[in-house]
Amino acid sequence: MSANTPALRFTSVSRHFGEVRAVDGVDLTVRDGEFFSMLGPSGSGKTTCLRLIAGFDQPTSGRLELYGQDVTGRPPYERDVNTVFQDYALFPHMSVGDNIGYGLMIKKVPRAERERRVQEMLELVRLPGLAARRPAQLSGGQRQRVALARALINHPRVLLLDEPLGALDLKLRQEMQVELKALQQRVGITFIFVTHDQEEALTMSDRIAVFSRGRIEQVGTPAEIYESPATAFVAGFVGISNLVSGAAAHALTGRPDTFTVRPEKIHLREPGAPVAGDEIGADGRIRDVLYLGMHTRYLVALECGVDLTVVEQNLRTTSMDVLSARGRPVRLVWDRAHSRPLA
Amino acid sequence: MGSTDRAPLALKLAAGGVLLFLHGPMAIIVLYAFTTEEAAFTFPPPGLTLQWFPAAWARADLWAALWLSVQVAAVAMALALLLGLLTALAVNRRFFGREALTFLVILPIALPGIVTGIALRSALNLMDLDFSFWTIVIGHATFCIVTVYNNVIARLRRTGASQIEASMDLGANGLQTFRYVLLPAIATALLAGGMLAFALSFDEVIVTTFTAGQQGTLPIWILEQLSRPRDRPVTNVTALFVIAVTTLPILLAHRLTQARADDK
Repeated sequence: MSANTPALRFTSVSRHFGEVRAVDGVDLTVRDGEFFSMLGPSGSGKTTCLRLIAGFDQPTSGRLELYGQDVTGRPPYERDVNTVFQDYALFPHMSVGDNIGYGLMIKKVPRAERERRVQEMLELVRLPGLAARRPAQLSGGQRQRVALARALINHPRVLLLDEPLGALDLKLRQEMQVELKALQQRVGITFIFVTHDQEEALTMSDRIAVFSRGRIEQVGTPAEIYESPATAFVAGFVGISNLVSGAAAHALTGRPDTFTVRPEKIHLREPGAPVAGDEIGADGRIRDVLYLGMHTRYLVALECGVDLTVVEQNLRTTSMDVLSARGRPVRLVWDRAHSRPLA
Repeated sequence: MGSTDRAPLALKLAAGGVLLFLHGPMAIIVLYAFTTEEAAFTFPPPGLTLQWFPAAWARADLWAALWLSVQVAAVAMALALLLGLLTALAVNRRFFGREALTFLVILPIALPGIVTGIALRSALNLMDLDFSFWTIVIGHATFCIVTVYNNVIARLRRTGASQIEASMDLGANGLQTFRYVLLPAIATALLAGGMLAFALSFDEVIVTTFTAGQQGTLPIWILEQLSRPRDRPVTNVTALFVIAVTTLPILLAHRLTQARADDK
């Protein structure tokens, strides 16, 4: 096996449930050692894809390879893949230690070695001394770590994570994002991470696949996905975006092609402010102001007929200043390069 | 409706009346197991005695009936455990005709016993089977399966599919998953279902009269006793014993399923 063998390869994989095309002709390659996210709204096919990889479900058509090996049709227990479930799926009648050691017990690893490796895992996920507890006695965050340890102890080649942070509160979720990413780099296992949270995907991933209606809209690094969304769907789903088309697009750029521009790339200037050659300028009036503490979101109605969202950091302004801006005439200015044409 | 948690007096009286109506006759049976009279029932009993307990103990026909009932109940329970478990496991998956199967399994408990009894009797006749211990067992198993099935399927629905998937994901095949994950999860439900099945079989009369040959189970024996007024208190002692034997498993089954629901 060469070093370039991908961890995972989907070749026109489909999964249909009756009339519903949950996954519809997906081609996908995940590289060895990558932190790969599948991002999309619910019902977009990302979780079905994960279940196909785990072997809980079989594709209607297409081919699935793990490290060059065709695993289409194989049951879950014959795949070198482990899963962290959304609801953790810990076994309630077993202790934390027995939960983590389950995979090794099935493989008939001797008790002494099993216990040693369970201890190692508990330390890796920073839960030392909790081996004797029952899952019911743990907090949500701790259960999450047990689920991780239970999967990682088997040294899978690919770890699948199904919205594992969804049940945690915001602060804990942000901590776990950092921790998961660090853990992935330490163990060097390919992570495939399913989420509907675009911020989570942008923070943690090496690459992201954006799913919609059973298909992949775009695959790329977080920066590529955010800065140059390939489709209107990606532009709208990942971050806030201004979508301009038709006559308004023509008025602004001189061409009728649809384009997007991120709200933080647009500057709010006084009316009549100078516009450089490589910039686009447009006049309008502030229609609405949303004060968000660290920054402010303005909705500006342009004379050419579109509304653009503009985000500015509150470096010097206070809530009093920004709220009085409502109704004021302004000139919007942004770098021509930040108008991204859509396919 | 009401602004307080307290029930109105009329409702309390009605509830008390229903409970009295349900359990009063049993209290009478218990009371008259200790009466000094042999045949007639006068109220209050002229005196209390324990003499009927040794009298019942000495009856060989009573022992034979009791032993048969225990055997029938035990075998019917074992059959119900096996078949009820398998059915529940099957119904927990998706397949064509699942609803129909569920309906057919639950039907015997909804059907009047007399219908089940007559149906079984004609079927056994058609198949040229002699009435025996086994025909009684088959008759009882038809409705015992339901109690096991119902208990297990309820537990399976609460357990959720992801634990089973997690087990397979961690390398366990179907059999190992059953042994290490599924069986511990449904063990108390199985036990509770089994006890209910035992209790149901132990005091069954109607289906038994249609499927038994010469054998008389304990309830049948009691029924026959009613035509012999001289031994009335012995019958009451036996009834007392049946109440105990059937109530205890039901209480225990209730506790088992309750405790499990609490630690969820």
